[in-house]
Amino acid sequence: MKTICINCPMGCPLEITEEDGKITVRGYTCKRGLDYGVSEYTAPVRTVTTLMRTSDGGVVPVKTSRPVPKNRMFDVLERIRTLIAPADADIGCVVEHDILALGADIVVTGRPAPHPNK
Amino acid sequence: MTRFDVIVIGGGPAGMAAALAADAKGAKVLVIERDVRLGGILNQCIHAGFGLHYFGEELTGPEYADRFEKRLAKTGVKVMLGAMALSVGREGEVVVLSPEEGLTHLKAGAVVLAMGCRERTAGAIALAGTRPAGIYTAGMAQKMCNIEGYLVGRRIVILGSGDIGLIMARRMTLEGAHVERVIELMPYSAGLKRNIVQCLEDFGIPIDYSHTVTRVVGKPRMEGLYYAPVDENRKPVLSEEKFIPCDCLLLSVGLIPENDILSGTDIVLSRVTSGAEVDENRMTTVPGVFSCGNVLHVHDLVDNVSHESEIAGAAAAEYALHGAPVTDGNVYAVGVGRGVRYALPQRIHGGEGSVEIFFRTDNVYKNCKVVAECGGRTLWSKKRMIVAPGEMEKIVLDKRDIDGEVTVRLEI
Repeated sequence: MKTICINCPMGCPLEITEEDGKITVRGYTCKRGLDYGVSEYTAPVRTVTTLMRTSDGGVVPVKTSRPVPKNRMFDVLERIRTLIAPADADIGCVVEHDILALGADIVVTGRPAPHPNK
Repeated sequence: MTRFDVIVIGGGPAGMAAALAADAKGAKVLVIERDVRLGGILNQCIHAGFGLHYFGEELTGPEYADRFEKRLAKTGVKVMLGAMALSVGREGEVVVLSPEEGLTHLKAGAVVLAMGCRERTAGAIALAGTRPAGIYTAGMAQKMCNIEGYLVGRRIVILGSGDIGLIMARRMTLEGAHVERVIELMPYSAGLKRNIVQCLEDFGIPIDYSHTVTRVVGKPRMEGLYYAPVDENRKPVLSEEKFIPCDCLLLSVGLIPENDILSGTDIVLSRVTSGAEVDENRMTTVPGVFSCGNVLHVHDLVDNVSHESEIAGAAAAEYALHGAPVTDGNVYAVGVGRGVRYALPQRIHGGEGSVEIFFRTDNVYKNCKVVAECGGRTLWSKKRMIVAPGEMEKIVLDKRDIDGEVTVRLEI
């Protein structure tokens, strides 16, 4: 697997290979790069942020409370599309616990913009 | 005429941090915000990655804004929403237009400019071709998507690989659009490496460096665009022009501090940053007028905006309540040498204590040395594996070492 280290502007090109259960990272220039290479190879995770519909027809921003496996991002999004947040949900409101049994909750992160003429 | 100690123009991250810092010093503070709520652009930045430095945890934009808004609500800071500051006059007079009070003349002991920046547009880059629907700045598309709930296109090309462009590549993909590619004029991205990986690589979105859009086609809706590689003078090589069908072009081609309100004032603007020239308290060349955040110079991290704005807000309160700070009377310029595009503050007062100088390089340099010197003496130096224009650098100097113009440069 090839990727770029994200820890600093250097952006070392990393090549990660596995042989007999031993993971080898090539191309890193510091310890952070080595650790990053191993974690990106073994268990890459991402925080997912998107929008959720609200019960009054608007949208509010939501996030996963912790990073989920990278290859499950679109499954998480598909599930979020089926959910509806209460119109008065405040920041921190949990709309779904333990989404897809991935250990992350879906949390409201913002409020809808007030209407300018109200 | 209503009088405040400190009037802060702008209620985004810079304005909120400045207002809180001024309030903490005991000043009577007013924040003027033109939007219907506080938070500024943070409200539309629903992705995570904010606050790692300032709060020691990763927040989304609205959450970062909310922390400051909740702090503000516990203070006596007055906030005017839907209100537009029209001018900043001599002696701290601010003219503001608001739904509740109409045209009002306010007076302040000190003014903090915190209006943020705006995006360069298709006109600003002289984009060639037709003028179809489907061309947006990345931030406008972000607002329409994240606040209003509209998807601005289905097949999208992004010109410019600044962080907003990269973030929007991911947002559009997550919301169901297809991002064809990102096109970048420079041989490198101005965005963070993290965004290159997590916004492009994760979704297999290609990026063409040293390329540009040569013209857009379609009327009334965009039907596609032509793009081409550029030569060493950044001129497109038209013989290698290629076509991509798409219905949307997002522009992430730079930000400009929104300083229009200052025209006609004596505030000196830097030709490099397009923001005011300031001292270490972030005071402009007009005494009592301070500037902070993206209206001063464009930042990459909101955490740095909050930090800088606290300096400006606290200094504005001190100025309003106790007058100009006591210094040893000397003022030294901060200049730049090889490899450095700008350094800020542009001038520092002699005295005691430490002073932070922020700077940006003019290119990507590997294995270089950052040097700050004064009268031929090296005040500070450090070897760096890499420096890049997209990442603001900081050095800290001891004021007692400074007795003349300070120069920040790279040894390459």
